[in-house]
Amino acid sequence: MTPPPDREGRILHGFSNNEDAVLIKAPPAGLALVQTVDILGPIGNDARLFGQTAAANALSDVYAMGGQPWSVMNIAAFPSPSAESDTPMSVLADILSGAMEKVAESGAVLAGGHTLDDEWIKFGLSVTGVVDPGRATKNDALQVGDALILTKPLGTGVLATAIKARWPGGDEAEREMYRWTTRLNAHGAEVIRAMGLKAATDITGFGLGGHVLEMARGSRVCVELETSLLPFMPQVEDFASCGLIPAGTYRNRDYCACRTIVSENADELRATLAFDAQTSGGLLLAVPEARREEACERLAALGEPAFFVGRVLPLREGKSRLILA
Amino acid sequence: MLIDTRGLSCPQPVLMVYPHLSGSEPVDVLVDNTTSQENVSRAAAKNGWKVEAREEGDGIVRLELRK
Repeated sequence: MTPPPDREGRILHGFSNNEDAVLIKAPPAGLALVQTVDILGPIGNDARLFGQTAAANALSDVYAMGGQPWSVMNIAAFPSPSAESDTPMSVLADILSGAMEKVAESGAVLAGGHTLDDEWIKFGLSVTGVVDPGRATKNDALQVGDALILTKPLGTGVLATAIKARWPGGDEAEREMYRWTTRLNAHGAEVIRAMGLKAATDITGFGLGGHVLEMARGSRVCVELETSLLPFMPQVEDFASCGLIPAGTYRNRDYCACRTIVSENADELRATLAFDAQTSGGLLLAVPEARREEACERLAALGEPAFFVGRVLPLREGKSRLILA
Repeated sequence: MLIDTRGLSCPQPVLMVYPHLSGSEPVDVLVDNTTSQENVSRAAAKNGWKVEAREEGDGIVRLELRK
């Protein structure tokens, strides 16, 4: 494993001589810390790309607040070599290598980590980011009239299920899934900062529907998602119609059901897939309608997709609701 | 034909049922969770089968798949 470069000399005393903790430079005065941790079980069959995915997924929470990653710590659970374990240690090395590639890309430094012996592989990062506290995006700051823009297509839950099932087309599905899950949400965060946006989140385990409902409730508004506009990765709708929808997706949908209004015209499959549990999904940016085009142009200029998926509406009879139109 | 998927999680039930959807012999499937029920029903509908669900008690549902 090659640790990410420390270009600014943030690490004052590292772990190269087996020190148990790392002395690290505080961020410049005036910046606040963004602190987060996220751990995943394996997704797909490629250890290096799983490592990249887990790192991108953990770093994403910092990007969702408009922050920049400062330092990370690895957290790994892995079966120690024994007669019962047939998982070679090279798998852990590959996971770590993949993760460090993404950490290097993010500009963060590695401040150590911890591995524990466990029957099941898990990997993730604890991430410290920095952000101007007056300009951090929050998940409870939606404003009526905001347009909602998503930066990655949906469907990693369904694709992971098809891969697990060794369904025909699974190899292509795996390539497509990793193409998105290993992608950092750094550009979305750049647009948050450049435009001074107020509200954003990243789309992960609760699915788009679950995460926007959280935002709506925190912000005391309703959110309408246009199911016909939801972007799905290739094959997702076909796999889903064959019954390859993960339990987590149904759980998300059912958990949100009492606060969700599904319009008569909405396609049932798309309304369910609005809750597909995502791994390392995109950012959802709330942008004043008048600046929607500007946001899309800024994202496009950075090579980032921009999918308009819905809008923020006033409360309905005093209640926050998710409306699937 | 009876396929018992009780105790199995996604995508196993769909994998067990799918090979039988290319024929036309009636298939009954026992499921014990929403995910299996919905996914098996979707798989059947996609292949042109009609699905009827009957509660068997204790959270078990019998899906009657008919061509």
